[in-house]
Order: sequence, then structure tokens, then C-alpha cells
Amino acid sequence: MTQSGYASERETTEGRVFTVTGGDWDTVTGSVDPLSNEKIVVNMGPQHPSTHGVLRLVLELEGETVQEVRPVVGYLHTGIEKNLEYRNWTQGTTFVTRADYLAPLFNEAGYCLAVEKLLGITDEITERANTIRVLFMELNRISSHLVWLATTGMELGAISMMLYGFREREYILDIFEETTGLRMNHAYIRPGGVAQDVPDSAIKKIREFLVYLPKKLKEYEDMLSGQVIWQERTQGVGVLDVTGCVALGITGPVLRSAGLAWDLRKTMPYCGYENYEFDVPTATTADVWGRYQVRLAEIRESLKIVEQALDRLRPGPIFVSDKKIAWPAQLAVGLDGMGNSLEHVAKIMGQSMESLIHHFKLVTEGFRVPPGQVYVAIEHPRGELGVHAVSDGGTHPYRVHMRDPSFVNLQAIPAMAEGALLADVIAGGASLDPVMGGCDR
Amino acid sequence: MTIEPNEPTGGVPVSADPVGADFDAPAQTRPSPNKGMFGITGSGDVSGFGGLVRRQPEITSTPKPYGGYFDEVTDALEEAYPGFSDAIEKVVVDRGELTLHIKPERILEVVQIMRDDESLRFELCSSVSGVDYLNSDARRLHVIYHLASMTYRRRVRLEAAIPAGGSVPSVTSVYPTADWQERETYDMFGVIFTGHPNLTRVLMPDDWEGHPQRKDYPLGGVPVEYKGAEIPPPDQRRVYQ
Repeated sequence: MTQSGYASERETTEGRVFTVTGGDWDTVTGSVDPLSNEKIVVNMGPQHPSTHGVLRLVLELEGETVQEVRPVVGYLHTGIEKNLEYRNWTQGTTFVTRADYLAPLFNEAGYCLAVEKLLGITDEITERANTIRVLFMELNRISSHLVWLATTGMELGAISMMLYGFREREYILDIFEETTGLRMNHAYIRPGGVAQDVPDSAIKKIREFLVYLPKKLKEYEDMLSGQVIWQERTQGVGVLDVTGCVALGITGPVLRSAGLAWDLRKTMPYCGYENYEFDVPTATTADVWGRYQVRLAEIRESLKIVEQALDRLRPGPIFVSDKKIAWPAQLAVGLDGMGNSLEHVAKIMGQSMESLIHHFKLVTEGFRVPPGQVYVAIEHPRGELGVHAVSDGGTHPYRVHMRDPSFVNLQAIPAMAEGALLADVIAGGASLDPVMGGCDR
Repeated sequence: MTIEPNEPTGGVPVSADPVGADFDAPAQTRPSPNKGMFGITGSGDVSGFGGLVRRQPEITSTPKPYGGYFDEVTDALEEAYPGFSDAIEKVVVDRGELTLHIKPERILEVVQIMRDDESLRFELCSSVSGVDYLNSDARRLHVIYHLASMTYRRRVRLEAAIPAGGSVPSVTSVYPTADWQERETYDMFGVIFTGHPNLTRVLMPDDWEGHPQRKDYPLGGVPVEYKGAEIPPPDQRRVYQ
């Protein structure tokens, strides 16, 4: 038997046989002081089931304790803000809707409110359009919070919650599909109104949903809230008090879980939210548990708003009357999503040259927006969504910046996680409900 | 293929390499949207309005009184901040929003007072971002801060203009939330925030060159082929202004 390198070898009738043995573990471990501060750097993500998309966390661990965590973002940057500058104002809706893909209608609403403020037509938005906006934003808030409940459940070990949450969200997506033609990325809210009216079939579905969801919500609350594992994983975890939240710019359910009832729908109302009756749920625990409680309560408040919005829905125009701004085509949901209605195409192509010219000018060129800048903030499911829009007087945005709550809120991960256990990074991060599409834009 | 800096191509030529790490902006200027009828150069504009020039409106100060809470805010700031007349270049009220144009070197002092003074109390820094006003004047990059007062339910916008390659003090010591947002502004516009704890790119890759949201940075992109026809990338299509 001869020794060459790290394997011993010997000749047999079958051929040469190598015997590989491990190193002497006593000498390996003996050279390391088990009590020394040996730090391990763990790279979590960007592909990791519990990082909500492509979030990367660089963790410095000592044992199971997190010494330092550094979030790395940007993996989903698609240049939405830059792209907007090359399209007209109306086309912008189709871009912003793709930012935070779990809350597309909020992106659209924030953007359109900014454009409308630049145009000076905020007060001309029709009652029906505003009610539809509120209705759909609140449905979207529910669907977004349901996904939060689903993914957080999965990340903390309640896999069945994941299935339930996504199942209920599907009801809302069906309603969206019925109205806008698409389950996500709707481009439904447009500067000046909404793309088309809500069909009666969708209203019927919403009414059914209003009866259906509260029962289910009760079930899920019963399933999770009394669970010892759920309590242990959430209570006292990821604590961030009001001072920390405001300093780090954290808004939305996370801020409200710390006890500050700051909700832009109440404090700086838009879209007629001042006419709806609802409460701003808060908690005082400032931990993951509090955020869970706040989000569940917010779903219930949103259901209240949806019900009121349905009752307020009166027949009327859904677009501003100004023909220089209002989208010229009647839109309809076809087999492949939303598009020009066939009657409209027949009219402009067959009967009215003026309509065709008007359609062509407004669709290719778009409307002009007087120069200036505005900042509009709305209450997104994750916090304050701000849209800073600048116009130079042209038909394209000069600059649009989206202050996305996911981007700002992710800054809180180190404050929540450092000094805690590795498992609490997951719980704390999940409680921020980051959506990377919005964060990276 | 090399691109001459002044060649009026209006964007990245089709055969050029994709805009990426080897790109050193600013390389070329996209056609000014304020010239001609369609914002295109060369022989494409057959409208007869090729010589038309639209001027950018100048931003002028709004005379007092501003109305609403704007007078209270400016008066309170003037009272609390001795350098008010020196630091504030312009006060603009437009579309129900108050904008204070501030000398960039004074921004940190101003936000400190905006946050701490009892009659101002702008506790929350909602947003920090940039706008590139190319061809306006030498101080083309504007850093924009949106502050919100949760106590009084007010908003105010601060604007600091700097030249390309210029710097502005970081406000992270007053508003820690500005950390990533300043990094984004640096990433996208090349604004240097002095005193920032970790001024690195946040959205673009670390080795990226150039600052993508500057106006002289082309959009890039590849032509789209559909049924045999090719549609150029968006920044090379005819722009209807």
C-alpha cells in the first residue's frame, strides 16, 4: 500500500483501489477555540423562498445571533421611472402599475392623482370615478394583505395559511379581471378617470365576496392567533417603536403597530376618503404580532369601505368631460384583455373622420400638461406611496419619482434584526411586507 | 462602432453595444424636446416647424402672502433660522404646494430646524430624489426633499440645485430614512452627498458607469421585431410632442 496525496492506494485483481479517509477531526477542531468569537457570514438570497422576491440579506452571525445584517436591493430594477420619460402621460399608467405588483391599483391611483394635480383637474374627477377608485383600491388592499398573511404564514411554518390566503385573493383577482380584463397590471385607473365602467356582474361578485370573506377571516384568525408557535414566533419579535419608525421613515401598518394612527386616508384625505366611515386600527406592541393584528383589522375596515363604496355608486360618467384629456375610445374587455370596443373602431374607421383624427392625436401624441411639479401621497398597503411628477409642458412626463414604501421600509431590517436570532430576521422582514417590484422599480 | 459626442443620433444606434458597464455617460444628448414640432432632428421633421423653439418657463418667486399654512411655515422658519434670507433662494407656491429653494450648502441646517422647531415639526422625511434640468443653467441637478409634519399635517418641498459633479450635505444625521434615498439619488443622478455613511449604488450594479436618470443618458434598448417589421427602441422613435 502506497500513500500518494490524500488517498492511499493498492493494487488488486480488479484494478487499483483508492482509500480515502477524512482528516483527523480532533486536530481540526482542537485548533479552533470553541468559545472564540467565530463569525460566519451568511448570504441569504437573492433567491430564497422567504425573502419576498429578490431581496438579498448579508448576515453576520455569531452562532445563531445576528450581529449585523445588510440588505442588498436592486435585483429587480427595471427602470420604470426612466421609461416613463419616453412615453406619454397616459401610457405612464401601464408602467407604474408594474412597480409594486401586489398593489397595482395603488401605483396607478398615485400616479394619476399626481397627473391630475398637475393638470389642475383634481376637482373635476367625477363622483363615480372616485368611488370606483376607492372601491378598487380597498379590494386591492385586501388582496395585498391576504398575500401578506399567506406568505408570512408560510415563512413562519403555517403552510396551510399560504394556500388559504392565495385562494381568497383569487376571488379579488377574478373581480379585477372581470372589470379591467387583467388579474394584475391593470392600467385601469387613468389620468382623468378610470378606463371603463364596472360591469354589474363584477358588482354582484363583490357583494358575494363581502359575505364570504369575513367568515373565512374569522377562521384564519382562530387558526393562527391561538397557536402557540405563531405567538412565539411573532410576539416581541422585530420590535420597532414610533421613534424608530418615524426616524427611518417607516409608514403604514408597521408604524400603526407601534401605536401612531397615521393613515393618509384620514390625515390627508384624497379620492373622497373623508366621506367614508372607517377606523384606523393600531396596536401598541410594535412587534410582528401587532402588525398581524393591524393588518387583519385593516382587511375588516377595508370591507367596510368597499360596502360603503358600493352603496355610493351612482350612475354617471367615469371620465372627466374635457375631451382634450378624456381617453377618446370606448374600451371593452375582449378575449385578450382590455382594448378599443368594436363599435368605436367601426365608428372612427367608417363614419367619422373627425373622431378618427381626434383619436389619433390623443392616442399617439397625448395631452399636454402645464409645466410644474407636484407631490401626491396615498396610503398604500405598505405605507406612504408618494409620486413626485414634474412636467415641462410637454406630452411626456419630464420626471416621475415613486417613493415606494417597500424601498424605504426595508431600511428597518437592521434595526429590527440585529441582536436577535436568525429566525427572527425572517419574521421581522416578513412583517415589513416588502415587495421588490416596488422597492427596485 | 463609436459614437461621436455631438452626433445627432437621438439615442443608441441599433448596432451599438447595449448600454452597460463600459458606457461612460454623458455620451450624447437626446434631441431637445423643446425644439421642432416632433422633437426629432435630421430630415424626419416635415412639418415645417423644425425651427420652432419652446422656452422652459423660468421659476419665479411667489410674492407674499402665500396663503394657507405656507405663511406660517415660512415665518416660523425665518424666526427660528437666522440665516433665512441668505439660505433661501426662492419661495414658490404652485398648485397648492410650497417649495423652498435652498442653497445646497445650507440644506442640513435648514432640515435640522425644520425637524426640531416646535412650530415647524417636520418629523418625517417622505422622499429624497433628484431631477435633472438639463440645458436650464449650470446648476442642472436638483435634489428634492419632501418633508411631512405629522403634528400639523403639512407638507413642504425643499429643493437644492447643484451643478453636475457637485455635492450637497447629507441629511442622514437628521433624517436616517434619507440613507437609501440619497444613495438612489447618487446612483441615478450622480449627486454626491457629503457626510453620508455609505454612499454606494443601491439599485444599479456596483460596477455600473454613468448615472441612468440624467437626461443625457440614453434609454437604450433593442429594436422590437413583429411580423418581419422592426420597431426601434422607444427613444429613437418619432416623438410626438
